[in-house]
Amino acid sequence: MTFVAPPPATALDQTLSSDEVLRIRNDFPVLHQLVNGHPLAYLDSGATSQNPISVMEAEQEYYEQRNAAVHRGAHTLAFAATEVFEAARATVARFVGAREDEIVWTSNATEGVNLVAYSFSNASLGQGGAASARFALTAGDEIVVTEMEHHSNLIPWQQLALRTGATLRFIPVLPDGTLDLAAAAQIVNPRTRLLAVTHASNVVGTINPIDDLVALAHAVDALVFLDACQSAPHLALDLAALDVDFAVFSGHKMLGPTGIGVLYGKADLLAAMPPFLTGGSMITTVDMEKAEFLAPPQRFEAGTQRISQAIALAAAVDYLTQTGMGRIRAREADLGHRLVEGVTAIPGVRLLGPGVGVERIGLAAVDVAGVHAHDVGQFLDEAGIAVRVGHHCAQPLHRKLGVTASTRASTYLYTTDDEVDQFLAVLAEVAPFFGVAR
Amino acid sequence: MTSSAMQQLYQQIILDHAKSAHGAVADLGELDALTPGAPASGLATPPGLRHAQSHQVNTTCGDEITVRVGLTGTGADAQIDEFAWRGAGCSISMASASVLNDTVRGTSVAESQVMLDLFREMLRSRGTIEPDEEVFGDAAAFAGVSKYPARVKCAMLPWVAFEAALLQLR
Repeated sequence: MTFVAPPPATALDQTLSSDEVLRIRNDFPVLHQLVNGHPLAYLDSGATSQNPISVMEAEQEYYEQRNAAVHRGAHTLAFAATEVFEAARATVARFVGAREDEIVWTSNATEGVNLVAYSFSNASLGQGGAASARFALTAGDEIVVTEMEHHSNLIPWQQLALRTGATLRFIPVLPDGTLDLAAAAQIVNPRTRLLAVTHASNVVGTINPIDDLVALAHAVDALVFLDACQSAPHLALDLAALDVDFAVFSGHKMLGPTGIGVLYGKADLLAAMPPFLTGGSMITTVDMEKAEFLAPPQRFEAGTQRISQAIALAAAVDYLTQTGMGRIRAREADLGHRLVEGVTAIPGVRLLGPGVGVERIGLAAVDVAGVHAHDVGQFLDEAGIAVRVGHHCAQPLHRKLGVTASTRASTYLYTTDDEVDQFLAVLAEVAPFFGVAR
Repeated sequence: MTSSAMQQLYQQIILDHAKSAHGAVADLGELDALTPGAPASGLATPPGLRHAQSHQVNTTCGDEITVRVGLTGTGADAQIDEFAWRGAGCSISMASASVLNDTVRGTSVAESQVMLDLFREMLRSRGTIEPDEEVFGDAAAFAGVSKYPARVKCAMLPWVAFEAALLQLR
């Protein structure tokens, strides 16, 4: 009889133990408080995550030690500020498998989407010359999005279509909360110039098959724009390997501060693309009639930058890297599983999106039959449980799933099993309280 | 777990109104189609009725409501002879629309404006105004809502729509 040794446990994708989660929680002061007389159970990280002490300290250290304008000035502080600012860019670039000159700072992910949409507009007006022809849209061209998108990855493309005469098309969502890939293969066609898609849904938790979608788009020479807001914080992201052309994500959803987001663009594309915001810090030579622009990423970073936020975001990335993105993904898959199993066991509660056994990011949105999400959220808040209620900036998706609003619990690396269980216990009391028990 | 705070906010009167939804109609039809004397929304419409409606949305949670009024007469003495609404939202906003129906239907514009001001004042009081049930009727049940600033908008939504509709008929 041959004996096959089991493969060694790979620490890189092993879930976090409950002791590790408790240790992690010590780094997050905001989690340790009472809300309405109950220990806070923060289950709204999908909207915004909390900051570890190291992130807040990084921002404070910058203001105490190095605060100065970057990329200008010949004094010591200005050099020190520039150095940490660019080191932050390098840290974030490594985190997502990108080159430093492929990382553009923005105020948030939404601004990143708009930056690209308006650069396309400007190219459509002839700016950037022949090099930027690939971004110029006109009547007959098509932009493809999905029915699953957050409004921030939908409305900028609607507006771009309106400005250029291009047609906006969308890939439908199936009742189980996944994309209709058969339809996608029909919708993406030689007229498609851009496909904008979310990596992971902020409502149904689905992780989309980006490889398949990239293959579809690239086969017809269309560019791919990835909304990585719900993936960058929760799984190891390798943008070069995914082969997407652009991507955005926001700092505040990945343990960083508000006011900072990231746009990724393949180096050759950014080099060919005309700028969106113009002004100081993005030019080489200026005369009264015209200006020459810097190479990326500076070309897209007009005006004084979000320096302390970039540095704090790098500290957040360091925190995530030290914990291990593979381990965070595994832990959140466990939490997502616990949520899904729990909510599907409660009578009258409908889970939106994929059911038990399908991998999802650590969130679950539900509809409690007969009770509006706002009332559900109020009831949970009274028990110290913070969730998101409403349409989560995804009205078309909610409409498709037959609801106007839902209640979403979303987790992160500091979420405990107990918090999920507490959410489930109180959720089960909602229908009886509002008199819709069956 | 059901706390007394929750019972104070969601009083039985509110939960009952949210379910019974007085004055709610499934379909308001087209406002343009209404001519004086023509039946509106299945309601008997006296001749000389002037209609207006207002659609309001609570962007925080997506609650929405359309309130339609039909007045006879003019000025402050005009009579609210028709009142109908259609909406989707939380129990607070839906119950508030139902209570609004009971409060203003059949009153004069001047009387309804007094109630509107009192209701708004109570909701903005952060729990400091104890409403007189003689005056408020079922609307007094919303006193608990005033302690939840995030929910004041929900309770006000139908009343704001009502006020906007009246303004159009000034």
